[in-house]
Parts: sequence; C-alpha cells; structure tokens
Amino acid sequence: MGSICFDKVDKVFGAGSGVLKALEDINLIVADKEFVAIVGPSGCGKTTCLRMVAGFEAPSAGTISVDGKVIIAPGPDRAVVFQQFALFPWKTVRGNIEMGLRNKNMPRAQRAPLVEGALKLMNLESHAEAFPHQLSGGMQQRVAIARAYVLDPAVLLMDEPFGALDAQTRVVMQEELVRLARLNPRTVLFITHSVEEAVYLADRVAIMSRRPGRIKGIVDIKAVRLAEQWDKSERIEDVMERESFVHLRSNIWKSLREEK
Amino acid sequence: MEPRLQPLETIAYGAIGLVTFFAIWTIVVLSGAVPHTFLPLPTAILTRFTFLLTHSFAGATLPQHLLASIDRYLGGFLLAALVGVPLGLLMGWFRWLDDILSPIFDGLRFIAPIAWVPFAALWFGTGYGGPIMIIFAGAFSPCLINAHRGARFVNASLTEAASMLGTGHFRTITEVLLPASLPSIVAGLRVAAGLGWQSLVGAELIVAANGIGYMMVQGQANLQTSTVMAGMVSIGLVGFGMDRLLRLAERAVGKRLGRPA
Ligand SMILES: Nc1ncnc2c1ncn2[C@@H]1O[C@H](COP(=O)(O)OP(=O)(O)OP(=O)(O)O)[C@@H](O)[C@H]1O
Ligand SMILES: [Mg+2]
Repeated sequence: MGSICFDKVDKVFGAGSGVLKALEDINLIVADKEFVAIVGPSGCGKTTCLRMVAGFEAPSAGTISVDGKVIIAPGPDRAVVFQQFALFPWKTVRGNIEMGLRNKNMPRAQRAPLVEGALKLMNLESHAEAFPHQLSGGMQQRVAIARAYVLDPAVLLMDEPFGALDAQTRVVMQEELVRLARLNPRTVLFITHSVEEAVYLADRVAIMSRRPGRIKGIVDIKAVRLAEQWDKSERIEDVMERESFVHLRSNIWKSLREEK
Repeated sequence: MEPRLQPLETIAYGAIGLVTFFAIWTIVVLSGAVPHTFLPLPTAILTRFTFLLTHSFAGATLPQHLLASIDRYLGGFLLAALVGVPLGLLMGWFRWLDDILSPIFDGLRFIAPIAWVPFAALWFGTGYGGPIMIIFAGAFSPCLINAHRGARFVNASLTEAASMLGTGHFRTITEVLLPASLPSIVAGLRVAAGLGWQSLVGAELIVAANGIGYMMVQGQANLQTSTVMAGMVSIGLVGFGMDRLLRLAERAVGKRLGRPA
C-alpha cells in the first residue's frame, strides 16, 4: 500500500511583503507501486512538493495524504533519498542502513538478514564497515537508497538523487534503480531535471509550470514502455535510441521549453 | 594570513619572543628602575620555584598545592561539562526549552565567576564545594553555548534524515546531534577549561586553605613577590599543558569524523 494524493495543495512561503507563492492548486494521485517523475523549471516547487509528502513542510492549503491518511509528520513509511545523500558521517555503511530498523526496536537477529539483503541489493557487501567519506559519490547514494529500501517503506521520495553524480555513475544508478523498481516495486515520487531520466525511469511524468508551480500536464510512459517492450533492453542507451522513447522525450521537452 | 611556517621555524620564532621578553625584564630590574620587591628577577623566580618544589610553604609544597587545585578544578570542570553539554544539546533540539532557559543563561553568563565567591562560600563552604561552584560558574557557559550552537547548526538534512528514519528524540540527540556537534563541543571544552582554571585560582585567592591560589595569597602576605610569581608560573604551565591536551582531543575528534581539523 502506498498511494499519494495531493488535493488542491497550495504552498506559500513567508509573510507580508516577502510572501512567495510556490505552489498553486496541485492535484495529483500517485497510485500504489507507481513510479511518478516530476520535471519542471528550476524554482517551480518540485522539492517543496516532495518535502510536504515527507512531512518536512506543511501545505498552506489543501491536503496531502498517503493511503487516505493526512500527513502530519515525517516517518519511516515515507523514506527519502536526498540529493546530497545526507548519510550520517560518523556511522558506517551498516550503521546508516541499520538506523531505521533500530528505531523500530527490531531485535538484532531480525535486523541482520534485512541489512545483509539491502547491502547485497545495492552491491555494498564489501563496504559494510566503511564510513561514508571513504566511498565514492555513487556508492554513497547507493547507501542512501539501501537505507531507504530496508525500511520497506510504502513510499519512496527521491529528490534529484543522481544530480550530484557524474554522467557515467548516473547511468549505472539509473539502470540499478530500474532493476530495483521492477524487482521490488514501490510507490516512488522522483524529481529530476533530466527529461531522459524521467522517461526512462517513470510510469508517468508530471510536468510543472513556472512559479507559482502547477501541474500543467501528465504524460503516460508506462503504456508505451509495455507496448514497445523497453524492459527487454539490457542497457539504457538501447532504450534511449528507440523512436517511441525519442518521441516522448521531445514532447515533454517542448512542453518544458514553453516554461523557460 | 601568510602561509604556514615549518615547525622548526615556528619554534625558533617562539624562542626569540620568549628570550627577548625575559631579557627586557632582566634589564629593567637590573637597571634599578623598578625595585626587586615590586618585580623580582626571572632568575629569582626560577630559584624560588625550584625551592618550592621540595620545600613546604603555607602548609604544603608547590606540587601539593597544585594537586589540591587540580583536584578541585577537575571536580568543577567535569560538573560543568556533564551539566552544560547535555543541557546545551537539549536546548538545541527542543525549542521550548531554549525559549525558557536562554534568557536566564544569557543574563547569568555576564556575571564574573569571582562575583559568586560570597555565595559559594556561604552555600558550599570554603573547602571543596565553594571553589567548585566558582569553577563551575566559569566553565559552564562555554560548555552550554557550544553544545547549543553545535546542535542548532547541525545540517538540516541530517536531522531530516533522522526524522524520516523514525528516530526518537533521545536517539536523535545522542546519535545525530552529539556527534555532529562534537567539534563545537570540544572547542567549547577548551575555552571552558581555560576559564575554569582562571576562576579556580581567583577563587582560591579568597576562599581556600590550600591550593595554588592560597599559596600566592600567603606569599603576598609575607611580601614574597617571588613566591607569588612562582605560583603564576605554575598556573601558566598547567593551563598551557591542559590546553595542549584538549587541542589533541580536538584534532582526534576532527579525524574521527572524517574531516581534518
Ligand atoms: N523554506 C523556504 N522559505 C522560503 N522560500 C522557499 C523555501 N523553500 C523553497 N522556497 C521557494 O519556493 C520556490 C520553490 O522551491 P523548490 O525548492 O521547491 O523548487 P524546485 O522546483 O525544487 O527547484 P530546483 O529545480 O532548482 O531544485 C522557490 O522560489 C524557492 O525560493
Ligand atoms: Mg529542488
């Protein structure tokens, strides 16, 4: 379970003359186990949307609910993967991944196989005892994803998770995320600046307008992906060369260009 | 600033400074401009210092006086750290606690530790408790303030990560705020150590029956300026040593957290 519902959500920052309307009338339903990517011009309020689902901010009007329950605070049912990883530098890879499970008061014997599973899932077994600063950026983000996945959250929130990575690492991570998403489907809300990334990863792509951010359009990717059997391709570049992919990408790109 | 110097150069310059300082001092005294009773010669202080190392004055030898002082000092300093650091972290996490306590502490911290002497003597006596309270008064604020600021300025994404992982208050404080604030806390302990040590000697000048400050008062009463100066020298040496130790601790903490100090 893990459907997200934005219902007439507005977000205003500041007060008086410094008031800033960041989001206006956001309506969006992300179905259980659906992967939705949000794209939009810088400053349009993508991060704000995600932070409200996480419970770090509250809407100024309207409600956001997960499985029908209005969000009031952050919690492990909505795991966040931050752009800057936000790993605890004083904890080992294992310590970082284990933190959420310890918070659930899960006994050690029960935690161990879950942590091992998450380490394995993200190819981190040989680095379990390393500290974050000893890892490359790509590995750090893998730890952050493992830390989120191990909680078995209803919803995964990712804010440009690959934004801080170099192009090559990024492709590897994208492929891994697709593998994860097919293997172990989750409700995912994913923010990116890369239209390609959005089309490659998502079931649907929501396009936002300039500030105050609204959702100006939603593009269904999944139908095309299934019809064209993208998932049969081993590699991201094979998918990206397909006509159906190029077509979707340029449509979204044009829609975004109108906003610049 | 200019680029760093080689360690040997640094030592050489330090030595030049010290030698010049003592040379001018000696010349001033030898020239007769200042009487010996006002300002003893550096050599006289050294002689007196070595004499006091083995000979009793005001009831004890200098090392014994120093030990008595260090004993009190450690009591007061540890108490200040054990109360100040946790309280600072709590104030850094719970806004309401911050709002309640900040006005009080912001006022109290401007009261010089010595100003507590009358109450310290009245409430806790002049043996151990009174001086401890005065050291506490000196060392508490830096412990509190640095822990508080450290906790308040922890990278927001780390506390957000903690909260999305379902971390409770206690664990957030002990496993996120505390390690994240450690550099700031250790810096605060270093300042606190210095202030506490200064306060201690001040306290002993007035309210103790042994200790290095007491020795100095007795020296003054006997018009032995060289005894007073020998006391000052040992205060400086001990303070310097402690600061070095804490600096090492600071470096170790920086390394442990993966960022060089
Ligand atoms: N805490 C805040 N206080 C005031 N204004 C804020 C705050 N957070 C965001 N904003 C403003 O709200 C708007 C939307 O910000 P947001 O970070 O959600 O944009 P974004 O779409 O994620 O941008 P980017 O693509 O650059 O990451 C921006 O104009 C930003 O300046
Ligand atoms: Mg953003």
